[in-house]
Amino acid sequence: MLNRMKTFLAGTAMVLASSAAHAAPIKIQWWHAMNGVLGTDVEKLAHDFNASQTKYEIDPVFKGTYPQILTGAIAAFRAHQQPAIIQVFEVGTATMMAAKGAIYPVYQLMKDTGQAFDPKSYLQAVTSYYSDASGNMLSMPFNSSTPVTYINKTLFKKAGLDPEKTPTTWPEVETDAKKLRAAGVACGFTTAWPSWVLVENFNALHNLPLGTMDNGFGGLGTRLDFNNPLELRMWTDLAKWEKTKIYDYGGRADTAYAKFASGQCGMMMESSASRASVLASKIDFGMGPLPYWPDVKGAPLNSIIGGATLWVLKGVPTEQYKGVAAFFAYLSQPKVQAWWHQSTGYLPITTAAYDLSKSEGYYTKNPGADVAIKQMTRGTPTANSRGLRFGSFVQIRDVIEGNLEEVVAGKKTPKQGLDDAVAQGNALLTTFQQANQ
Amino acid sequence: MLAKRVTFRRTGLPLALLAPQLAVTGVFFLWPTFVALKQSLYRSDAFGLREVFSGWDNYRALLFHSNYLATLERSAFFASSVTILSLVVGLVLAVIADSLGRSGRIWQALLVWPYALAPAVAGVLWAYMFDPAIGPVTHALAHVGMEWNHVLNSGQAMGLIVMAAAMKQVAYNFLFYLAALQAIPKSLMEAAALDAAGPLRRFFSLIIPLIAPTTLFLLVVDLTYAFFDTFGLIDSTTYGGPGNSTTIMVYQVYKDGFIDQRFGPAAAQSMMLLLLVGLLTLVQFALVERRIDY
Repeated sequence: MLNRMKTFLAGTAMVLASSAAHAAPIKIQWWHAMNGVLGTDVEKLAHDFNASQTKYEIDPVFKGTYPQILTGAIAAFRAHQQPAIIQVFEVGTATMMAAKGAIYPVYQLMKDTGQAFDPKSYLQAVTSYYSDASGNMLSMPFNSSTPVTYINKTLFKKAGLDPEKTPTTWPEVETDAKKLRAAGVACGFTTAWPSWVLVENFNALHNLPLGTMDNGFGGLGTRLDFNNPLELRMWTDLAKWEKTKIYDYGGRADTAYAKFASGQCGMMMESSASRASVLASKIDFGMGPLPYWPDVKGAPLNSIIGGATLWVLKGVPTEQYKGVAAFFAYLSQPKVQAWWHQSTGYLPITTAAYDLSKSEGYYTKNPGADVAIKQMTRGTPTANSRGLRFGSFVQIRDVIEGNLEEVVAGKKTPKQGLDDAVAQGNALLTTFQQANQ
Repeated sequence: MLAKRVTFRRTGLPLALLAPQLAVTGVFFLWPTFVALKQSLYRSDAFGLREVFSGWDNYRALLFHSNYLATLERSAFFASSVTILSLVVGLVLAVIADSLGRSGRIWQALLVWPYALAPAVAGVLWAYMFDPAIGPVTHALAHVGMEWNHVLNSGQAMGLIVMAAAMKQVAYNFLFYLAALQAIPKSLMEAAALDAAGPLRRFFSLIIPLIAPTTLFLLVVDLTYAFFDTFGLIDSTTYGGPGNSTTIMVYQVYKDGFIDQRFGPAAAQSMMLLLLVGLLTLVQFALVERRIDY
């Protein structure tokens, strides 16, 4: 018995010794929220990176929805079991940023690990959302999109409209929608993600702030103030248009998508990343930028993005961080980025990836696929259009959409609804500030 | 009546026998409750890096500085609607299935199915059926001249989640009622029938009092379900809207705690919810039990 034990131990020691010589790759956990086809793309990214070198192994783990990842990562962090990389949606940015002891800012990571990193090679409109006030990149943009306008060409023809011309201003949207209604179309236009499209991007496009202190980039003391005359005019029009179904409110998140995909609405404002599903719906569609009010000076500015970024958490074994940095550098390579952009429909994060896609003829083969990038990159982002940094923003969106619902249903005046949205949102910001100060 | 009691001389053995149950209760019920209570007295950031004792602040904010009372009222309406609807429908179905005799068995099996459905899955199905744009039920209703749009109509939104939540409990209530009905001695019914009591009279004067213990039990279970277990359903159908019209207490807890990581306020709300349902249950047992003969 004792002899057998000795042999066993010796064997184990030999195995250990040999594996040390071969230096098994350092495993790095990456929690993500991409399922279905997108999940397969994530697996491929990790697999290709792992095959490109031998030192590190990225291990992508699907952890459910964005809120589930965040909650899970926080629980894991509290139990000292956190992964190195987590995918966090854009509205979680303020929560992550405020957790100074938990996050490892990307610019810092790149510097500490000596990884070559040129912040200028990234699309500013994408990275600015995730940078601090001095422009340092805090998290790695991964899947980004921005809202655009989709039109149903068949319905446009039916209404005697030019199917090659998407409306670019709100007066044009109104005229087209009226003609669609007159031709018997059930609704003129609808919007998915009402807060993102009609409030967040609406204000950015018209160079108006959503809140004080540079939309929250300036600090936790930020408060909302989007109850401005232009937003009031928009909400007043929306409430008026709902009565005749020129506009039809379609619900929170992207439930309004069904109204367009089923051919009820002639136009829809929705994420650029939905292009693939609209394509699959067999609707003959066209794409254009978001509408703006032509009487506003300086409009339209760049739109702001949605989607998610990769955050690095503190407290994992130090040797993993070099691998994380190497992985981020790999993700930023033009070829990898262009593939991800073309395969998923998300925006490219570097100028080189955009140029590569152009030279490959991707946009000529896929009309509409560059609408989002052009809209993102027009002009220079201002403090009002570079992004948002508000705590509790998921709930603030609920507050905005809840009040918009009451306005559109005629239960509140547009003024009352807007003022309530700002006041209720600010109550949330106050508790966020107290908790994080 | 003779008391059926076993008396132990020493405390060791009974404690040992109770230990597994006590351990389970302690680990899965008492400890989390204690943690939630503690959390509700603190203000903390999402990652728990800064925790500051804040006394009753979370409770005070809840009671005085928000529309919590409206949420409370809404939750009470929702819970009582779900409970009444699922009790009545469950009982009616049980009476029918019971009267069918042998052929009722197929119905029994079919009626239990909805209980196996997870709330979130049920929510997705209901949301699809009643979708204002593509829902088949919406289309059918449009044919009879009713416009269904729970995205903007708060009454319809509440109706939708009440129906969806009750559906699951109907299956549960049905099972228990059926068992209760079958436990009623046939001789009793026959005697009543001989005394010229019609089916309705028999139902209200005999059956209802005889199954009262089951009703009390189901009342507690259904109310607890409606108060605690319905956030997944709401999250997949109405998101608490339009406005706040379907944001009930437990959904607010879910949003504050799990979407927004505001653990302090969320813990305070769950303590309130616990207190409320605890009180309700006590009242039910105190008031109703007195009038029930087991």
